[in-house]
Amino acid sequence: MAISNFTRRTVVGLIAAAGLAAPAAAEVDFSGKTIEWVIPFSETGGSAKWANFFAPLLSEALPGQPTVVVKFMPGAGSTKGANWFQEQSHDDGTLLFGTSGSTQFPYLLSDPRVRYEYNDWIPVMASGTGGVAYLNAEDGAKFDGSANALKDTNFIYGSQGATRLDLVPLLAWQMLGMNVEPVFGIKGRGDGRLMFERGEANIDYQTSSGYLGGSVPLVEAGQAVPMMTWGALDADGNIVRDPTFPDIPTFKEVCEATDGCETSGEAWDAWKAFFVAGFPVQKLAFLPGDTPQEVVDAYTAAFQTVTERGDFADISSKRVGKYPVFVGDGSKAALQTATNVDDDAKQYVLNWLKEAYGVELN
Amino acid sequence: MEVFATALPALGDAWGLILQPIVLGYLVLGVVMGLAVGVFPGLGGIAGLSLLLPFMFGMDPILGLALMIGMVAVVPTSDTFASVLMGIPGSSASQATVLDGFPMAKKGEAARALSAAFSSSLFGGLVGATFLTMFILIARPIVLAFGLPEMLMITILGLSMVAILAGRIPLKGVAAAGLGLMVGTIGEADAGGSLRMATYDIPYLTDGLKLVIVGLGIFAVPEIVSLLRQDRSIAKGASLGAGWLDGVKDWFANIWLSVRCSIIGVVVGVIPGLGGSVVDWIAYGHSVQSTKDKSNFGKGEVRGVIGPESSNNAKEGGGLVPTLLFGIPGSGSMAIFIGAVALLGSGDIEVGPSMLKDNLDITYSIVWLLALANVVGTILCIAASGGIAKLTTIRFTYLAPFLFMLISFAAFQSGQNFEDLLALFVIGLIGIFLRRFDWSRPAFLIGFVLSNPVEKFTNQAFQIASFRFRKSFGEGMEYVFSPIVIVLILVTVVSVILGIRQAKMIMAEGNVQAGTKRAPLIFLLVIMAYLIVALVNANMIPDYNMTDKIIPLVIGSVSLFCCVILLIQMMRRPEGDAIFADKEIAGEDATAPHGLWSTLAWFASLIAATWVVGFILALLGFLIAFFRIRAGASWQMTLILTACGIGFMCLMAGALNRDFPPGLLQDLVSLPWPLK
Repeated sequence: MAISNFTRRTVVGLIAAAGLAAPAAAEVDFSGKTIEWVIPFSETGGSAKWANFFAPLLSEALPGQPTVVVKFMPGAGSTKGANWFQEQSHDDGTLLFGTSGSTQFPYLLSDPRVRYEYNDWIPVMASGTGGVAYLNAEDGAKFDGSANALKDTNFIYGSQGATRLDLVPLLAWQMLGMNVEPVFGIKGRGDGRLMFERGEANIDYQTSSGYLGGSVPLVEAGQAVPMMTWGALDADGNIVRDPTFPDIPTFKEVCEATDGCETSGEAWDAWKAFFVAGFPVQKLAFLPGDTPQEVVDAYTAAFQTVTERGDFADISSKRVGKYPVFVGDGSKAALQTATNVDDDAKQYVLNWLKEAYGVELN
Repeated sequence: MEVFATALPALGDAWGLILQPIVLGYLVLGVVMGLAVGVFPGLGGIAGLSLLLPFMFGMDPILGLALMIGMVAVVPTSDTFASVLMGIPGSSASQATVLDGFPMAKKGEAARALSAAFSSSLFGGLVGATFLTMFILIARPIVLAFGLPEMLMITILGLSMVAILAGRIPLKGVAAAGLGLMVGTIGEADAGGSLRMATYDIPYLTDGLKLVIVGLGIFAVPEIVSLLRQDRSIAKGASLGAGWLDGVKDWFANIWLSVRCSIIGVVVGVIPGLGGSVVDWIAYGHSVQSTKDKSNFGKGEVRGVIGPESSNNAKEGGGLVPTLLFGIPGSGSMAIFIGAVALLGSGDIEVGPSMLKDNLDITYSIVWLLALANVVGTILCIAASGGIAKLTTIRFTYLAPFLFMLISFAAFQSGQNFEDLLALFVIGLIGIFLRRFDWSRPAFLIGFVLSNPVEKFTNQAFQIASFRFRKSFGEGMEYVFSPIVIVLILVTVVSVILGIRQAKMIMAEGNVQAGTKRAPLIFLLVIMAYLIVALVNANMIPDYNMTDKIIPLVIGSVSLFCCVILLIQMMRRPEGDAIFADKEIAGEDATAPHGLWSTLAWFASLIAATWVVGFILALLGFLIAFFRIRAGASWQMTLILTACGIGFMCLMAGALNRDFPPGLLQDLVSLPWPLK
């Protein structure tokens, strides 16, 4: 990554030197300025945690050490903030915008509220997470690496809504032939875990940090049994074991072991497309579309510096999980994987949402 | 015993951590900052904490905790100023305080009300912390015993307080609560995402109305407008009666009430998912039921202040249990708190189930820092209350423009849309008419606050119950009728029966004279029209989304039924019957020198001007025009007051890093902050 960055900056430098770019590449300096990092969520969610983690580090790494403040613009399931960002143009490079899977999914599903276009924006950083599904002790005893013995059990699951990130677990369980009834309307995965702990729900999933913080103690106490992770992507785009949970099989492995579950075909393609959009590239930071290249480079270099800190692996694993952080061209590639779902996959999911939950997005 | 063997040393360690000069210094710093930002209704805790976040990174954990807890702890204390002095409910924790606190201020007893409230808060905070020190060790199984049916029953218990607050005509109270519930369902349904009384073309409505706006609109706007029309000071005759020492004595005379309400606060606060929305109403209901002479409630009964205020600080302590033990925040500020704790030190403190095992000393430090912050905050508040109470002797015309400024800004902060201001105006209008025709405003607010929990818990409990019943009948019954549920049902039934018998004596709006039929009848018909439209709208939701339509349909039908009976009664009863209560017939409003509409037009003009030139420029024009024309102040006075208002606004918003509502002008040209 460092090399490609270097190369690109050299190229940009050469072009500027050759006088092809009209203004001379001004030195970017943010001294005394305040950078606003706008998050289309409230102060309470995972995205707030993510931005608050990066903000002070970014402040140190940007030229001129500007103050970086996180601003919250919640509403309409994050589409309000994203629609607002779509209207913004480059001013002095002090506006940064963060999105999450909850912003990506409505975009992918053509939600009527979406008036934003990801391809208009310039990504500068992307990061991901993983997820773990687990069962209660009683049903967990029946789990043998395949879901074959779980097909006759009725499961209940506390869900935030079928069109949210919960789409990924719900579709996975359905592909395994499991009978999972979602109880909609909970406010966060923490509430879902509480429902599981009270015995009202008997299956649950958490993102990596939620699982490590709240569910591992349940597993240790024998009250929960991990079932599968969603996995992680390798460099070639294959699903491999999640590096944070190398001992837990992936959904792909469980699916292969389960009768009637296919790891090819339209259901699998659809699941994988939405998994990629929701987990390995869950959160992205953007600059407005018309931002000059030197400002983009300044941000890229700053995020690069952040990820190269000696203690980065250590502090980030505790706060946002140990998953790769993509910078510069890496974040562009990440954006491509996160926002390109082919029409068949999209249509499959839309049909499934309608048939299984009566959800129509228009 | 084994439990205590680990608890006592941890408690000792915790005090060792807390009682360092530097820690106490940070705590006091946090408290002072919390009091400063607590001035803004409905903003305090969250805004203040967000401001502190960047500094938490890598900070020594105990210092960071002291700073943050100092700030969070005083918000339910400091927003008492707004609710007692101005009738502005600062947060859901101080809504019930408005009912008797503000009438006391009007009687010239502001200092007494404030110091009674603060003493109760202080005491409640300490009772809460003591209780928690023991309870937190055994809390986990107890918290887990509160499933969805139990939470639904607590919500219904909260709703049953409507019976006490319904006013002279119980049917009107029920209808008002029903209307509040229906207004609460506006927007996208939690469960299936169907839209109720909203469209994607008006994105603002899809998120529903915010509590801050409804609280300000229902309580603050009508009072501000009414006082402004009368052109007097808040304290009648501009004189202050009982002082702050009387308030402390009042609290001491009612110490057992204070103890009971503190326990109510901490216990309800412990239950995750309910938060503070019901606590103060349950405490208020208990205060009413346990008072022999109920005739003063709603007119300035000090017990009506002591009860809710004892419970709301104790609740903060209780709210630590779900936050620390389960990692599930009980409120918005607790959610940021959790995030911030992860940034502290080397990031080793993980809020959640491991908290008791690995960090019991930190847990105890948090509990007692909270209690200590309460003490510091309360002492500062009591010290200030005598002076601040003098605000109630100022001619209200000089206060009103600042209050319009504050509530507009607070409303805008809740969603950062221009529509927030419009919503405030519209809800304010509803509040004005509810007040005028003696429809219970507390009942409306209780309905609104509990609308979402009622709907959510009903749907979820129903779904899980039917799941259990499918397994076996016995398992279903066991789930639905747990011992806790049965006890709660009994408490609710008793409270409703007592409430109905007592409701007639509690007149939150005073003794409102009845007048002609026409105006009250028109208001009733307008409400009925809204209910009918809402019912038709809910009925259009397809049946597979039954979870999204069932509550609006049932509640709407019940409310409409009440309204139909009211309509029949109105047709049959003679003019002058209590059912035709109308504040414009006799009393303060009727004899006020200024009219309703001309007064309201000032507020409307601020909003309209904001739409055109943005908030700060609009405010500049509004303040100058108001002081010159309405208040008749000299140019010198006008300019000084205007400068103070604008300066204060910019200072606070600048410090908290908040924006102002932009207007059309800002779309055309880009202006520097604060004009942008």
